Amino acid sequence: MDMHTPETAKAGARLGRDIQNKIGQQLRAIYDEVVSEGVPDRFADLLRRLDDRGEDNK
Amino acid sequence: MSVDNSVRDAVLRAVPSLRAFAISLCGNVDRADDLVQETLLRALANINSFQPGTNMSAWLFTILRNLFRSEYRKRRREVEDGDGSYAESLKSQPEQNSRVEFEEFRTALSRLPSDQREALILVGASGFSYEEAAEICGCAVGTIKSRVNRARTRLAEMLAIEGAEDFGPDVATRAVLATTNE
Repeated sequence: MDMHTPETAKAGARLGRDIQNKIGQQLRAIYDEVVSEGVPDRFADLLRRLDDRGEDNK
Repeated sequence: MSVDNSVRDAVLRAVPSLRAFAISLCGNVDRADDLVQETLLRALANINSFQPGTNMSAWLFTILRNLFRSEYRKRRREVEDGDGSYAESLKSQPEQNSRVEFEEFRTALSRLPSDQREALILVGASGFSYEEAAEICGCAVGTIKSRVNRARTRLAEMLAIEGAEDFGPDVATRAVLATTNE
């Protein structure tokens, strides 16, 4: 792949809105796929455990 | 250490997004979840340094990123993801996208320099403002803007989404329209 020089940064400002929208859409699709898995049990349990322990100690 | 219920709920609400960010940094779901766990432990141990009324999510993202960076420095070689293992680490695809197109995008994303990928995800997917992203990354707002621009340009190039030059006239037209309002 080519070396990218500062011109690349300038090209960013020239990117059409359509391209930006398309990139944004795909990016959010990947991200939201993980987000839609919600909170795995291991983390809910972890917070509950810490909470119980906190109450025991105090 | 007893954690206030509202604080605990705020932390829990941030977990799905923290995971998505962690996966984008690590390129590996298991390691990402370990990183999230470490982040939660660190956050709750330092919960007194969280200022109520400020953005809990941004605070947690900052902790996660710092943990990742300090680990990254130690394990640089393992973390490099030039072979697209990040793309392969995520298996299922949403229905609305064509599978091939989606895989191409993932691969392209995994090939971005990590600082660009991180900035693009914080702003383009996590929904943080440029200012919040700059705070999370500990850099200037202008740096975040430039990284996001570079990331978009690189992605567009890698995916050859209708070459940027095709949009030249459109952009010129828009620029003309935009200046009429000034």
